[in-house]
Amino acid sequence: MAHTGRRDAPELPDFSLLKRLARDQLIYLLEQLPGKKDLFIDADLMSLLDRIANVTTLKQHEVDKLYKVELKPIVSTSDQLCFLIRPRIQTVKWIADIVNSDKASGRFRRYKIIFTPQKFYACETVLEEQGVYGDVTTDEWAFYLLPLDDDIISLELPEFFRDNFLEGDQRWVTTAGSALRLVYSLYGPFSKVYGIGRCAKMVYESWRDQVEDGEQKARQPEIGNVFLIDRDVDFVTPLCSQVVYEGLVDDIFRIKCGSVEFGPEVTSSDKSLKVMVNSQDKVFNEIRNEHFSNVFGFLSQKARNLQTAYDKRRGMDIQQMKTFVSEELKGLKQEHRLLSLHIGASECIMKKKTKQDFQELLKTEHSLLEGFEVRECISFIEEHINRQISMIDSLRLLCLLSITENGESYKTSSYGIEHLLTFANLKQIGLLVEQQPGETLTVMESKVGKLVNDKTAGKLTDAFSSLAKKSNFRALSKRLVLIPKSGEEYDLRVPRDMAYIFSGAYIPLSCKLIEQVLERDGWTGLEEVTRMLNGHEFAVTVDQTQIKTDPQRIILVMFLGGCTYSEISALRFLGREKGYKFIVLTTAITNSARLLEALLDNHA
Amino acid sequence: MTRPKPEDDEYWNSSKFSAFTFDDEDDEFTKMKESKRAVNSMLVDDDDDDDDVEKVSWSGEPIGSISWSVKETASSIRSSGEQSFPKIDITPSLPKQGSGYSLSSLFKGKQQVICCSGLAKDYMSDWSPEETVRRMRKGKVFSLERFRSLQEKLLLLDEAVSENDGNVITAVLIYLKKSLSKEILFRELMLREIALRHYVHYLKEMGEQKLLVELMKALGRTDDMALMQYKEHLNIKDEGQRRDFLKNCLSLPFSQDDAIHVQDHYTLLERQIIIEANDKRGDAEIFKKFPRKASILNMPIITTLYYSCFYHYGESDVSTLTISEKQYILTALGARAKLKSWFDVDSLFNTKNWLGYTKKRSPIGFHRVVDILQKNNAPVQVLQEYMNLIDDPELKLSLAQKYKCHDIVIDTYRDLKDRQQLIVYRGKVERGSKEDKKIEELLCNMVRGTLGQYSFVNHHAHCQTLVRGV
Repeated sequence: MAHTGRRDAPELPDFSLLKRLARDQLIYLLEQLPGKKDLFIDADLMSLLDRIANVTTLKQHEVDKLYKVELKPIVSTSDQLCFLIRPRIQTVKWIADIVNSDKASGRFRRYKIIFTPQKFYACETVLEEQGVYGDVTTDEWAFYLLPLDDDIISLELPEFFRDNFLEGDQRWVTTAGSALRLVYSLYGPFSKVYGIGRCAKMVYESWRDQVEDGEQKARQPEIGNVFLIDRDVDFVTPLCSQVVYEGLVDDIFRIKCGSVEFGPEVTSSDKSLKVMVNSQDKVFNEIRNEHFSNVFGFLSQKARNLQTAYDKRRGMDIQQMKTFVSEELKGLKQEHRLLSLHIGASECIMKKKTKQDFQELLKTEHSLLEGFEVRECISFIEEHINRQISMIDSLRLLCLLSITENGESYKTSSYGIEHLLTFANLKQIGLLVEQQPGETLTVMESKVGKLVNDKTAGKLTDAFSSLAKKSNFRALSKRLVLIPKSGEEYDLRVPRDMAYIFSGAYIPLSCKLIEQVLERDGWTGLEEVTRMLNGHEFAVTVDQTQIKTDPQRIILVMFLGGCTYSEISALRFLGREKGYKFIVLTTAITNSARLLEALLDNHA
Repeated sequence: MTRPKPEDDEYWNSSKFSAFTFDDEDDEFTKMKESKRAVNSMLVDDDDDDDDVEKVSWSGEPIGSISWSVKETASSIRSSGEQSFPKIDITPSLPKQGSGYSLSSLFKGKQQVICCSGLAKDYMSDWSPEETVRRMRKGKVFSLERFRSLQEKLLLLDEAVSENDGNVITAVLIYLKKSLSKEILFRELMLREIALRHYVHYLKEMGEQKLLVELMKALGRTDDMALMQYKEHLNIKDEGQRRDFLKNCLSLPFSQDDAIHVQDHYTLLERQIIIEANDKRGDAEIFKKFPRKASILNMPIITTLYYSCFYHYGESDVSTLTISEKQYILTALGARAKLKSWFDVDSLFNTKNWLGYTKKRSPIGFHRVVDILQKNNAPVQVLQEYMNLIDDPELKLSLAQKYKCHDIVIDTYRDLKDRQQLIVYRGKVERGSKEDKKIEELLCNMVRGTLGQYSFVNHHAHCQTLVRGV
């Protein structure tokens, strides 16, 4: 609202083409199985599908009934079954079971699996091992990119995070490379690619290989530079409570594929309402990047303006009234509806946050970020755990403590039993940092090192150093000045830096890195920083022919492992300040709860 | 042959789309066509080189095998259907007839078996590990069968790893799993962390628990092995069996910390089973008054403690479980306060010193105690008692104001000798109430007592206020 930003910011490319491409390809695939068929859809593909097609589209292509994949016996009577799924072994096993039980009962049907965005060899092996390879045809729906908004594109692959960072499975690397390649073919060529993180580097290489294999038609680039970043470069930012409106809405109501379901407590009726939250919603668009403390003021001002606009009706003659009704009323009513919705949402947020002592929680988070009164923080966390207020919040605080204090850990027996496996995961991924006795590793390394040749030994050292991952948050924070000086008044209505997204307490590490690298046109001068982040940084000039043109200032930031709405808000702010336009390409939208839930292992 | 012409396996990349002769009037398809053209123009693959020689499926399915012929059958069944989609036959037939082209081969996906027998081997033998991995990554036909010596297999694996493609790494591992003894495979994986992690993840997803445990054992990762075995309990539904399983887990080589937790887990479930057996019928008076919401089985430790403090206070012994004093106090306090057993609450905090005097002591701040009591609707007298035990006067004051413990507020201001605040606070209590009178009395006493400290003017002003107030 208060932000006007620089006028010379370039225009964003049009991403709606991506949806059309995906839809047409899906239609084509459905046509490959002519005749009536029942379609089984993976639960997590349903919202995604909603964004690009509707039931009518499917019906037009002879889809008879739609089912959700539930890994239970099916009831379909159709002669043709089509499965639209993510490439997961479990789902493929279920399909193989269906085929085999049909066979056993002498039933003949045709089966087709459409994997999206690609299939994996492991899945096909399951078909083979179960003896149904050939009974089932397979296809790929190369739907990589879902535009969630003008400046957000998502791969909608939340499992990328766990698979890559916890399990160490690089199955999605090529997928991410292909996604980048698609962007490149449609909106490139890029002039520079920067990045940091092991996965970022691999994705860059995969993209480069794919590009080298094809040829790029000369075209006017719409995206200039690209920045690739691994989620594990910065775990602190997604662990923090979000306080910018869009982030808060996500934390509390969970935005799913760009849409959110507001319950009766928001709509103040007995019905829930599903709405899209994006730039099309004029009210939302004005408050999404605002610190929550400004939102109420803005909304009530807006309500007053609306009232004035309605009031104009008084004293109108018939003709004026007619014009008013035909030209303004609809818009006003629309605005009215949106306004009441967001007021309802804000109230609900307030209510929930007050109930959970949000103020105290934030104070603890900020102290941890600053490394201030850590003892008090520990006792707050301890009590939080003891009172069993929220398990996810407790884990979140524990991880934050552990990362910011580099290994400070609070052993918690009450969570120990239920979360033995979760804790093992958190340690593995580096969210709970253990003070590693350095020698243990060195000993192990040299022991194993003796067994292998030098080339492998180098790789081993890599592997071990990632095991010994240390958090250098405090030092990083000092060097990059992530914590604004305390004591100074921070006016959240007129933000002076990206820290506003955390009430002025902390500039997100991820976004600060992006800012610095763009400013320096590379990593020069950031050697100490990259060392503390375990390296894997790169900066490559892809196309030198581009001179300072508009697209140069359109920057695609690809988050591998997810990014938060707060980070997007911070980048939007940075863009306004520096005259850039950022496009966020992420494997999924994340937040602290999703991040931790992905690592829970307390159920079968 | 009525079989449809083989399609180019790189559908999106082929040029034949330009000859697409589908009903152009159809809006849907016109759009689709456009988009496809766009796709065509962006995904150019240079990959038509040697696809005309057909080999074996990636999994090394030999030509003419049963699974291959099953596929043949399937594709001939399919063919009738395929025809309804317009075919564009401008591509000259490559020497691919009689192939088992599946529909998926229309897309640039990973390739299926396409074969024309014996020739294959000769061509395949030219494929180095590099070339094979390259083909796998691009989804082209390839064969792993020729990698027979250990050295070749490992070269292949290392090549896959160096290309960073997890999908291919796993594919190679699946082949190695089939063609190497597990001892050899484990030994080699030990030196290859990245491949190892892919293998572990693959086994996890396949549910090959036994092999996984063997692998961990072979790697000497006994902690991980123990955890992996322990994880199995999540799949056991019956609580008796689950308990027995956990009991067996106790002897696993857990790390020291983990061992304590697993022991606790076992003890907890064992106790829960006993409690559940007794309480299921819900005969006791307390269950009629406060019926249970759910079974206690598999509940977290704190929930179990709360349950015990609520229904079985004083009977059940929780000391064998690892619970800190703080946790115990918080939980017991919550449970007893909920039942309004103020006597029990009282005794929770009583400690006797060596002279036999009773003193109130708490491992959690008394302000927290007050919070919890208040949330359980404790009467003001009870609240005040604990509020008075808060050391920090500011904290005490803010809590007292929050929960309207007027006496404490008034007494605190009195102790702080803060007239101004007392006057302000008087506005907040009911006129003519006990508190109102108390403040009035205090103010007058204070005026008298501290007369000397105030100037006459001030005094006068205060008295006027007092008069007006009354």
